Formats: sequence, C-alpha cells, structure tokens
Amino acid sequence: KDMPMETSPRELTQNPLRKIWMPYKNGLPEKHISQRKVCMTNCPTLIVMVGLPARGKTYISKKLTRYLNWIGVPTKEFNVGQYRRECLKIYKNFEFFRPDNEEGLKIRRQCALSALNDVRQYLCMEGGQVAVFDATNTTRERRDTITRFAEQNGFKVFFVESVCEDPDVIAENIVQVKLGSPDYIDCNTEEAVADFMKRIKCYENSYQPLDEGLDRELSYIKIMDVGRRYLVNRVLDHIQSRIVYYLMNIHITPRSIYLCRHGESDLNVRGRIGGDSGLTSRGKEYAKSLGHFIQEQNIKDLKVWTSQMKRTIQTAEALAVPYEQWKALNEIDAGVCEEMMYEEIQEHFPLEFALRDQDKYRYRYPKGESYEDLVQRLEPVIMELERQENVLVICHQAVMRCLLAYFLDKSAEELPYLKCPLHTVLKLTPVAYGCKVESIFLNVEAVNTHRDKPENVDISRPTEEALLTVPAHQ
Amino acid sequence: MLYNMSSEQNELTQTPLLKIWVPWVHSTLSRRRGSSVPQFTNSPTVIVMVGLPARGKTYISKKLARYLNWIGVNTAVFNLGQYRREAVQTYKNYEFFRPDNEEAMKIRRNCASNALTDIGAYFTKEQGQVAVFDATNTTRERRGLILSFAKEKGYKVFFVESVCDDPDIIEQNIMQVKLSSPDYENCDKEEALEDFLKRIECYKMTYVPLDEEKDRHLSYIKIFNVGSRYLVNRVQDHIQSRIVYYLMNIHVTPRSIYLSRHGESDLNLLGRIGGDSGLSTRGQMYASALAAFVQSQSIRDLKVWTSHMKRTIQTAEALGVPYEQWKALNEIDAGMCEEMTYEEIQDHHPEEFALRDQDKYRYRYPKGESYEDMVHRLEPVIMELERQENVLVICHQAVMRCLLAYFLDKSADELPYLRCPLHTVLKLTPVAYGCKVESIFLNVQAVNTHREKPPNVDINRKTEDALQTVPEHV
Repeated sequence: KDMPMETSPRELTQNPLRKIWMPYKNGLPEKHISQRKVCMTNCPTLIVMVGLPARGKTYISKKLTRYLNWIGVPTKEFNVGQYRRECLKIYKNFEFFRPDNEEGLKIRRQCALSALNDVRQYLCMEGGQVAVFDATNTTRERRDTITRFAEQNGFKVFFVESVCEDPDVIAENIVQVKLGSPDYIDCNTEEAVADFMKRIKCYENSYQPLDEGLDRELSYIKIMDVGRRYLVNRVLDHIQSRIVYYLMNIHITPRSIYLCRHGESDLNVRGRIGGDSGLTSRGKEYAKSLGHFIQEQNIKDLKVWTSQMKRTIQTAEALAVPYEQWKALNEIDAGVCEEMMYEEIQEHFPLEFALRDQDKYRYRYPKGESYEDLVQRLEPVIMELERQENVLVICHQAVMRCLLAYFLDKSAEELPYLKCPLHTVLKLTPVAYGCKVESIFLNVEAVNTHRDKPENVDISRPTEEALLTVPAHQ
Repeated sequence: MLYNMSSEQNELTQTPLLKIWVPWVHSTLSRRRGSSVPQFTNSPTVIVMVGLPARGKTYISKKLARYLNWIGVNTAVFNLGQYRREAVQTYKNYEFFRPDNEEAMKIRRNCASNALTDIGAYFTKEQGQVAVFDATNTTRERRGLILSFAKEKGYKVFFVESVCDDPDIIEQNIMQVKLSSPDYENCDKEEALEDFLKRIECYKMTYVPLDEEKDRHLSYIKIFNVGSRYLVNRVQDHIQSRIVYYLMNIHVTPRSIYLSRHGESDLNLLGRIGGDSGLSTRGQMYASALAAFVQSQSIRDLKVWTSHMKRTIQTAEALGVPYEQWKALNEIDAGMCEEMTYEEIQDHHPEEFALRDQDKYRYRYPKGESYEDMVHRLEPVIMELERQENVLVICHQAVMRCLLAYFLDKSADELPYLRCPLHTVLKLTPVAYGCKVESIFLNVQAVNTHREKPPNVDINRKTEDALQTVPEHV
C-alpha cells in the first residue's frame, strides 16, 4: 500500500503467448499477478478428511483433487493408508488397527507425520496450493495435531467430514473399492468383508465427530448420508466456498456421460478451423447413426446438450429428442484465425503458429481464446454435469478435449492433444475412484482433424516443418 | 416434444435477433426459446422464508430475488407484512401479534391465503418461475399449509430459515429497517424499539424451528448467525443449488463497491466501438485523477479489478497498487462490428443496427455477444463481489451497465440504457434493503459514448433516423 506513485504510468506490453497486457520496465515484462483464474489465495489450504472407513473419504479426496487441478488450482492428495502400506509391506488383518495395539499406533502416527511432512514440502516448495489429507482423522487429538501443524506453517485448514450410517451404502463402498485394495489381494470376498467390518469397529469407539459446539471455530463441511444433508461452518475464503459448492453438487448415482463431436462439417472437410458451417452428407449420416445408437442404448432420462453452433444443433436435430443449447459449449474462438486452414495460419501468422505449438494449453489466439480460457468457460457445464445423471454432450474438438481431461484427470500438457475424432462417441461411466471409457466409432467415415505437436516448434522453423503434422484435407 | 423426422429435419435457420439456430418448422420459425444458458426451472419453486422478526428475512428475500431476476429467472417477493398493512390500515401496537388475539389471527390467516393465491397467479399468468414467500412462517401448521398448497399445484418448495440469537445483530436490524417502517411512522425511536421487541416475544412463544428429524424430508437451508454456519437439507435441483451457493456467499459487513470505466480511449475519441486501444491523453489524466481519488477515500484493504483489455489495465497502472485481471470483465464482443463507428454499422449492416435498437438486451452481434450473454459471463464476478468487501472495478460501458443493473435491480429493458459515462466513479454502498449510489465525476473531460434508443427502430428506417442519437465524435 505504500508503493510510490509513478509519475507516469508504466508501459504495457502484450505477452505474445497468452495475449495478456503486462507492465514492462527496461524492455522486460515485470513479474505481476496478472491473470485471474481462481482467487490465488496467499495461504495454501490444507483440506482434512474426517470419517470412519468406507465413508467415501478417498472418493471425495480424489474427485476434489481432480476438479481443483482442472480449474487450475495445483492440488495433491496424500493418502495415509498408502504410507502405511509402504511402511508395513504386508497387511495381516484388522488387528493392526486395534486401539490397544501399541506398535500399530506408533506406526500409524509415524505415517501421518510423514504424510504431513510431504504436505509441507508440496505446499511450501513445490508450488502446491491445496493439499488433501486423506485419512480417518477421527479423534480430536489427531485433528489438533494437524491444526497446530497448519498454523505453524501458515496453512488454512478446512475439514471435510463424511458421516453415514446406511449399511447398504457402506456395503456397496466396501465392494466397490475395498475388495480390490492391496490389503485384500489374497483374500476371498467374505473374508475381506468380515475383516473390513472389524476394522471399522476398531475406529468406532474412539470416533469424535466434528462437534457443533466444541468445533465452532473450525472451518468445515459435514456431509451426511451421501449428500442428503450438509452442515457448513465458517467458510473463510473463495477457494473454500468453491469446494463447498462442488461437494454439494456431486452425487454417486450410477449414470453415464456420452461425449461426442458434431457430425463432419463443410469446414472440417476443407481443413478449416472454427466457423459456423453445416454438416456434410457424411456428417448427416453420422447424426442418423447417433440417433440409432442412442435408441439402442436405451438410456433412462437422457438429457442432450449442444453448443449454439449450427453443426452440433443439426446433429442433435436428427435424434428427434429435446435438447438444450449452451453457448458455453461453443468451439474455441480462433479470433483472427477463424475459418483459416493451418497452411494459411502458417503463411499469415507464422509466429502465432509456432507459439501455439510451444504451449498449446496457454496459447491464446489473437482476439480469440486459449484452452485455459475454455476451461474457465466450461466450469458451469462441468458443475451441471455433476448434478445430472445420463447426459449426451454434442460439442466440438477443443471443448471435448477439455471435458475429457476433467473426467480422465489429464494434465494441462496432455489436454490439447487428446484424441477426439469425429463420428466417435465416448461413453464415460464412473467406477470405483475413476472413470471407465468406452470408445464407439459409429462407422461413418470422416476427415481427420487431429494435428499432433510437430517436432520443431521454433519460431524460425521452415514452413514444411510447421506443417508436418497437418492432417489431410480437400 | 418430439419433432417429426422429415427430409427437412436438418434444415436450420438462425434467428436474426438472438443468433440462435432453430429448426424450420412448416416454414415458420420454431418457438424454441433461445438463451445462452439452458433454463433449468421446469416446476415453479416457492421459496419460503422462516424466522422470527428482525432475522433478515426480508433482506434475504429482496437480495435473492434481485439476483435471480438478474440471471434471468423470473422471481417475485410476496411480503406478508404488506398484505397485513393493506388489510389493517393502521397499526396500533404489538398486541395485534399476540397469539391469543383471535380477530387478528383471522386477518393474518386471510392475508397468508391471499398471498398464496397471488403466488399461484404469478406462476400461471405472469410466467413467474420463483416466488419468495416472505413471512415469519414460524409454526409447523403454517408451513404445512404452504406445503399442501404447493403439492396440490405441483410447485417445488425450498425453505430458508434464518436463526439468530445475537442481540446486537437484532438491534442493528431493527435500527436499520424497522424504525422507518410504515408501522412506526408516528413513533419515536424508543417507543418503536420497545414495541418491536414485544412483537418478537409474541412470535417466540409459538416458534417451532425446522427440525432435523421431523423435517428431514423437506428441502431447506438454515442460516445461523448471519452466515457463520449453514445446515442444508435435500437440495432437489439446479436452481436450489444456485440459491444455496448464493446465500452462502453473501454477507452484511459494511463496505463499498466502486465502479468505473477505463479512461477515455483512442477508439472512444473516434466514435468506434470495441477494440483494444490505449488511453488518450485525457484518459491518462483520468487515471491519475482516479488514483488521487482512491487515495483520498482512505479505503481499507481495497481490491482493484480490471479486464484483460489494455485500456482498463493502463488505468489501473496509474493507481500504483496491485490489481487482478479478469477476462470476464472484457467489453461486449461486437463480433463483425468490432472497431466500427455507428455510421459504418448503419452503412454495412442496417438490419442488424435496427434489430439492436428493437431489443438491445437480447440482440447478439453477428459472431459476437449480447447483453444477455454478458450477464452470464459476469455471474462469477458478481458472486466474488458478494464475497469481497471494498472493491474497485475498472471495466467498460456495457459491462458496467450489467453490474450496475444487478446492484440497482434494473430490468433487462433498462439495463442497456443505463448511463455510465467516462471519467465518472459510481460508489455503491449497501444500505437497508438496497444500495446507495454516489456519482463522482473526476473533472476530466471526455467524449460521450451513450447512444439513446432512437424513436424509429423499424428495419426500413432512413439512415438519418437510425443515426439520430449517435453521440458526437472525431
């Protein structure tokens, strides 16, 4: 706040990759907190899971981590169970978790501290912004240890407690994710279930849930019965508010999400990007096939979403079912390069073309968008996809890559090169901690629109090298 | 809603105003509603406020309605107190509210009944989507009445209960909004306060809060002590989820929001819209004046936000304080009309120019945006503004109109014509149920960029008629 008032304002320069205006001094751009993605809290945040075994803590940890990373908040989960497996090597049975097993307690405490150490490393030295500490954390004593640790290091703490007494939900949990755990590799189903139930019992006696009175100064969300009810206490900042909103929108009802692009378009065939053209005859055939495919799949209450571009809407029209148009699903805006072929971009804007190859995720087209912008634009779509059940999203190549990256936890580096060919439906079904993907090509030929990253991304590269990976077109 | 599969199934046409692709049906345009975001309200929703007097119910009702209307969900507030004031022309004293006052009880029940009837009419005849029933609704019996009414008509019900036992907050409330109520026109402050406190006592006797057990099948949010804690039960759908998110982000801490445009730009001087030009000399002067103004206001912890466009950033640079860039604050994308003068638009796209005058809120520039699109783009900005305290937003004309419309509850028709001149800061301070606005012109001359709606908006109008209201420029 005591910054000297400049007599004349600093000169601005536009960063060539991201097209962000930044001040520069002595011909060099100044370091600046420029772009706003998510509020860059100065304090890192430690999310602490709380709950008995088989209450969905790891499911929530992984999903939350995936979401935060996708929206650009570097996040990592630390699962104490894994630390324990590394320490113990072989899991015998539930007796390890008995509260009177002194040796077991010692090892478990060491594992927790080791994990916290790695948390500190991640948040302080590796540029992490959020760490998710995935363990039962069922005693007040353990939580106090963590709170003190966080205070010492300047981290904010947010607790996420999952409470559930429904025996069916717990049984389903165990079947879905515990039986396949390394702990039970050599057991049959009955043995594993019996042992796990005894394990839960070990925690039950010492379980001190977050208390409305005693813990009223803490920041937390208590999730009850898989989301039927939530208790939210003292949300401190933007990121906690986003986390609460996300957690309140996710569900575990089985469903599938179908992602596909519009049918082949006139501009596709001519190797041109963007625009708002209609379908080719092959594209129309695909739309019909898609209609049949959907019918065959016999999907309960399927919602169909399109963008507001002609080609996705034409595709949806062939399904003869109601659909909703989202502007947010529109293809990436290529700005001045709209409707150009890659050859033309190379000819008119060779620098831009090279910059894009250098960092395809962050590169913003002049007067257009970047993949990074797209992710921000698509966040409400993802949020609504989480709320919904069976949905078919008919969209575009770059958009589909962003959505796919969210579901399959792909990094910013991989995202812009994910393969999303025309006339192919990807069926995503949540399973265990991740997503099963089925790729269904609907047997209608289409042009290839996927351009791989060429070897030479230098701005002074010769034209042939720039155009090496351009797919064939008319 | 099945569409007939015909040979014309893939024929689409783009609606001229909204630029939405819709199917041709019998050579007349389909009546599909276009909007940039799908509308998720099928059944109308009744939001039922619950709580003792002076717990912020009316504050929440009005604010929520303002937010929902701004994002395009038709919402109205039905305040039972107003119905009562119409039925009982003169308010004598708290005795009216005594639970043993048979005659008063009869009147109050009638009022509730009338309000519910009006809610029904709002949904069926006025295309209302959400109705906020603002009353104490403190007995299970009254809430049961509302639930039966809603069930019969097929409306969804969502309760919002405000619980507060902090006497300071309650007294603040009473001072801010009750003393100036029509009920206490002829009383002095102490009398009014005393009477109101007795009024609250009348309700306390029969108050049955929403119960975790007994009301576990209802959908509700319980807000404790102005937001330090929330209990959320059974959120049914998208709109309820958005309502919960909104309610969890608002606060009552006093603060001010400063809205301003960038300093005058080079393109402003030339009468050209859009683009990404820098500041003119006078614009630079404004930036310095803004810096001096901000300093003079001695604002605590001021956050400064800009768009990604050069002119807002240049303006912020002069302040000599850190600022955040939001792409969402970029000016409306005029698509094909970017950097044109109004004269040129009339020359090249006279039909577009007329359509814009016919419905400036919904009109979308070809390959560009509409005000309606911008509101959706700006929603995360509004959400974050609600979370924050003192903020200065340096933005653009259309953007500022959208933000201002939110704070001042302006309709979609008024919004695009709100006056947001250059070099003028609007200081918004929440007060009682609304927002105080102070307009501060910083004494640096600038060109006028406000174009009024001309009398003739017909597509066939003459050029002079179209250009009648274009402000002067170089």
